[in-house]
Order: sequence, then C-alpha cells, then structure tokens
Amino acid sequence: MNNIFVYCEIEDGIIADVSLELLTKGKSLSEELGCKLEAIVIGNNLKGIEKQIFPYGVDVLHIADDKRLYPFLTLPHAAIVINVFRKEKPQIALFGATSIGRDLAPRIASALKSGLTADCTNLVIGDHTENKTNTEYKNLLYQIRPAFGGNIIATIINPENKPQMATVREGVMKKEIFSKKYTGDIVNINVAEILSDSDFVVKIIERHIEKSKLNLKSANIIIAGGYGMGSKENFKALYNLAEVIGGEVGGSRAAVDSGFTEHERQIGQTGLTVRPKLYIACGISGQIQHRAGMAESAMIISINNDKNAPINEIADYVIIGDVMDIIPKMIKYYKENTK
Amino acid sequence: MKGLKIIVLAKQVPDTRNVGKDAMKADGTVNRGALAAVFNPEDLNALEQALRLKEKYAGSTITMLTMGPGRAAELIREGLYHGIDNGILISDRKFAGSDTLATSYTLALAIKKLDFDVILAGRQAIDGDTAQVGPQVAEKLNIPQITYAEEIIEYKGKQIIVKRRLEKGIEIVSSSLPVLITVHSSAQACRPRNSKLFMKYKHAKTIVEVQDSSEDYIQLQKDRPYLTIQEISCRDLNPEDKYLGLTGSPTKVKKIENVVFKAKESKVLTSDNKDIESMMKELLANHTIG
Ligand SMILES: Cc1cc2nc3c(=O)[nH]c(=O)nc-3n(C[C@H](O)[C@H](O)[C@H](O)COP(=O)(O)OP(=O)(O)OC[C@H]3O[C@@H](n4cnc5c(N)ncnc54)[C@H](O)[C@@H]3O)c2cc1C
Ligand SMILES: Nc1ncnc2c1ncn2[C@@H]1O[C@H](COP(=O)(O)O)[C@@H](O)[C@H]1O
Repeated sequence: MNNIFVYCEIEDGIIADVSLELLTKGKSLSEELGCKLEAIVIGNNLKGIEKQIFPYGVDVLHIADDKRLYPFLTLPHAAIVINVFRKEKPQIALFGATSIGRDLAPRIASALKSGLTADCTNLVIGDHTENKTNTEYKNLLYQIRPAFGGNIIATIINPENKPQMATVREGVMKKEIFSKKYTGDIVNINVAEILSDSDFVVKIIERHIEKSKLNLKSANIIIAGGYGMGSKENFKALYNLAEVIGGEVGGSRAAVDSGFTEHERQIGQTGLTVRPKLYIACGISGQIQHRAGMAESAMIISINNDKNAPINEIADYVIIGDVMDIIPKMIKYYKENTK
Repeated sequence: MKGLKIIVLAKQVPDTRNVGKDAMKADGTVNRGALAAVFNPEDLNALEQALRLKEKYAGSTITMLTMGPGRAAELIREGLYHGIDNGILISDRKFAGSDTLATSYTLALAIKKLDFDVILAGRQAIDGDTAQVGPQVAEKLNIPQITYAEEIIEYKGKQIIVKRRLEKGIEIVSSSLPVLITVHSSAQACRPRNSKLFMKYKHAKTIVEVQDSSEDYIQLQKDRPYLTIQEISCRDLNPEDKYLGLTGSPTKVKKIENVVFKAKESKVLTSDNKDIESMMKELLANHTIG
C-alpha cells in the first residue's frame, strides 16, 4: 500500500525511454521512502514485457493486455489506471510529459481529485509545515518545475491529497538499470471488468508515427546553432563540423522559429533536454529557457561575437568572434591534429 | 442540420513570452503588474476552429467562457470582435487561487448550465504551461476528449473528425458529440478582428463595468441589450465550497526561486588561428573529441 506508481508508455512493444527514466527516479524515491515501486503497462500483446521493466527495480507490475488497448486511447487507459489507483492508493504517481502522459494524467487527477504538476524537472522528498494550521507533513514529494516562461523555478507540493501526481519530460532524468536480475510480481488486470463500450467512443481512423532518425539525446557531441547563425545556409557549417568531429546538430528556439533548422532539433525548456560530453553553442545568447535544456553538459564551448552573452557564464571556453570564421578553423585544426 | 452549439474556453494570461527586466521583484516573485495581459495564444487557435465550424455548419453558435478577475471582460470583447455570439465572464473572489483542478471544477459547473455539442479549449495556457484544464473539464463533464487538435476536419453522420498533432506524428480520430477538443498552436492562426463587429461591440460591458461608467453608457446598454456581457458569480453555480479556489486546490506553491546557473571559470579566446588550434589540441588531448 501507498507505493510509487509509474505509468509506462509503449510504442511497438518497446517501453518508452521517458518511462524507464521515471522508473529509475521512482526506484530511488521508493528506497528513500521505504516503499515499493510499482508500474502499470497497458497495451496489446504484452507477453514478455516484464523483461524490459523489472531490471529497473520494479516490485509489482500491473499489466492490462487487450487488443483494444493499443494504440493509446484516453478513456480506456484512464479507466484502468483510475481503477488500479482506487484500489492500491499510491502515494506518488508519475507519468511522462509526453503527448500521452499530458493527455492522460490530468483526466486521472481530476477523477481522483488529486494534485498534478506538469513538466517537472526535479523530484525530491521533503517535509513541510503549514504555518496557518501548524500541521507537519513528512516525506512529501517536492515537484520542482520552471514557471512563468522559465523565469522562475517553483516547488509545488500536494500536502493533503494522494496520489501526488507529476509529469516529467523525456531526457530530464537519468535512465539506469537497477539490477539485471531484479524481478517482481505480475498482476494481470481484468480488463473486461473495467471497460465498457462508452470508453471507445473516440476511434483512431489513421495514424502516422514517424520514428525519429535523430538521436540528439544520446549524442556525445552536440553542435547547436542560434539566431546568430544568420541563415539556414550558414547552418550547413554546423553540419560540416558535426560530420568531422562526430556529433549531432541542435538549435535554439529562435533558430527553429526562423526556419534555420527543424523543430525536432530544438533544445531547451520547450524542446529537448540534453547533457552531452561537449556542447558547442554557436551564435546562441543563452536565455534561461535555452540554458535549462543544456546547462548540465559536461563541457560547453560558446562561440559568440558578444562577450557579454549570458551563455558565456556557463561555458568552459568562450570564443569571441564570428561563427562563420571560427567553425572552418575548428574543422581545419581538428583534421591537422588527428592525422 | 440545426448547427452546432460550440463553447470556447479562453483565458487571459500574463504575457510570459515578453518578460522584461522588471518582471521579477527583488524577492524573486513575479511582478504580475509588469506583464501585459493577453489572450492566451492557443485559445486564439481554438477560437479560430470554432469560427470555422460556425461558418461551415449553418445555425451554429459560439459561446465563450472565461474565468478570471473583472478585467478579463476584455477577453470577451475581443471574442465578440472576432465573431462569437455570446460571452460569459465567470468571476468571484472565491475563485481566486484556483489551480487546474479547482478551475476545471468551476468551469464545468458553468458549462453544465449551458447546452453544448463541442467544447474547444487551447492546449495550454502560457502562464503555467500545464495543459491540464481541458482534459479535467472533460472528465468533470464525463465526456470524451481529443487533445492537440491541429484541424477539425468535418462533422458528418454524428461524428466529428479531428486531426491531432502528436510529438512524433499525427493521428486522425473520430468521436461522437458532445466532446471536448484542445487545440494546438500548429492549428490555423486566428483571423483578425472584424471591423464591423469591433464598431458594434466596442462598448460591450459587464454590469460591474457599467456601474463605474457615465449615465450615457448606462442608457446605451439599456437601448442595446447585446452590449451587456453576462457575468456569473459563485452564487449562480451552487458549488461545494471545498472544491473552490485556494481551498479546492490540492497543489500548493511551497517555494519560488530565481533561476540560477552555476557560473563557470571560462577560458576566453579570440578567433585567432593560434587560439583555435590550441583549444582543439586540448580537446583532443583530454578526449572530449576524437
Ligand atoms: C515559455 C518559453 C519557452 C522557451 N523555450 C525555449 C527552448 O526550449 N529553447 C530555446 O532555445 N529557447 C526557448 N525560448 C526562447 C528563449 O527565451 C530565447 O528567445 C532563445 O533561446 C534565443 O535564441 P538565440 O540565442 O538563438 O537568439 P538570440 O537571443 O537572438 O541570440 C543570438 C546570439 O547570436 C550572437 N551572434 C549574432 N551574430 C553572430 C555571429 N556572426 N557570430 C557569432 N555570434 C553571433 C549574438 O551576440 C547573440 O548572443 C523560450 C521562451 C519562452 C518564453
Ligand atoms: N480561467 C480559465 N478560464 C477559461 N478557460 C481556461 C481557464 N484556465 C484554463 N482554461 C482553458 O484551458 C486551457 C488549458 O489551460 P492550462 O491547463 O492552464 O494550461 C486553456 O488554453 C484554456 O482554453
């Protein structure tokens, strides 16, 4: 009772990275709280799915397997999760801040009348004293997230209502296997008992899901361009550098909005969160919302003609000058020194 | 066909996209006064979808609801300039401090008083970026939801067909009515104000706003009833107080901080050949690259 639950998303039989990241976080929270980690997976043909989930330290896995449950539909998935939560009374429930998680979690929170915090960037256990009533709350989930367009960081708590629910964006938390041999119990959910025809009034007519070819998240080196690149044409210099030193190309929102690069390459608060070994920011001023998605990079190089650009404060190397002049030089000296 | 009864949910929000230097107070809290109040951008996308439905299906009507302080009446006027038939301001001190759960509770109570086929909301509001109110209103009304709509394709044979924009692709779905649809920023932008409607409605006011106006205004409102913007308060909704406002909000803000990034000791270089070469050598030597 009162365990931590993670809703696991699935696409083509594979558990989504964001869910594995949540399981990793969920495991460490459960160890801190001395409770169990439970997971829910809902889909079709889920035989063997536990092999992907148990190594993350899951103690109980709830499976709802039915051909009507894939692809994702809000109402049946919500009905199942609500049913499980009413029985199991989790203290914490985590969802990916994805198209699915942000559609599903609010519906569940509303039904259970519990608080939900969207897009958390950190989750921490802590206490709270309510000054007005002088009530002490132990071991609450601090749900930490940017607010007001990323200009502030807010810590949100739900002292009274359980489960404490949060969504978390992909890439924000680390994914780590707890133990390859870890196994837990499987609970098969009796789907027929829960669902009714009215849960299927929304029907999928067509579906085109593109597997992203791009894997910015796992790239060791990211070369990101900003508005200062000046044009789509100039962005080619970044691809050249990426090819030579072996990296991927990303962009700031201003670069994406100006059409210099594609939306799926956007890094920052409303884009991807990355932490590569090396991040080269080219013509990026480094507003808060951009830094929020890359500040954890192991090493940062900033190329900017303004020595006061905010990105420079968090950079290991700051090169003052014109990007279009500097990038060819980097390529040249890389080649000369790796021969 | 007798047309669709459409409800649009719209919110007035501080313009967090253009945050100036004075937006933050010294104590790290937000200086709301320094931020302009605007029509939440994705609610304009929702409004445009409503206007298109109305054009396509004769006899349709649009009612816009907004919950907020008195000055949110401005949003209703804006809606009237764009072509809504009717706007309702839901306003009461008791609603202050609502999180998404309390907001959706209040909105759902107001909606229950109306007749509707389709509810359109923005995907998310830029003050909190939560995207929760839409689905939560749908749950409270016990109706299905279609999130992230990019286009409402058609209404045919009692089914509404919607194209959804997902992170990694698109989906086309159908639903029976009533349904709540949240509209994504990739949907068609909202048309500009209609100048005739602007002239017609620029003096539209709530009763509260008229009270503070001159005699002329009061007379104008009497002569032209369409200039009265309806306002709903707590009394009209018969709510359970424990679900309202701050009391009805399970989420509490424990702490607010300014964003701080750890400043690093950086090496500052020029674009001279020797600077770039020595940096590349260092990066190779410590295996950051290569
Ligand atoms: C709610 C919200 C969410 C947001 N989310 C994100 C997000 O996820 N990601 C994101 O990136 N932004 C985001 N933003 C936008 C962010 O605030 C900035 O507007 C954006 O990051 C600026 O991009 P930029 O640095 O490329 O452009 P600019 O701020 O215009 O900076 C351009 C830089 O290039 C330099 N430069 C110009 N010419 C040259 C040259 N020839 N050589 C070298 N340097 C040159 C300039 O000195 C300047 O520093 C968000 C904003 C809001 C309000
Ligand atoms: N106070 C409000 N009044 C009317 N509609 C609202 C209100 N708050 C939220 N909404 C609607 O719900 C959507 C999502 O809001 P949010 O969950 O705050 O991101 C908005 O785009 C609006 O359509």
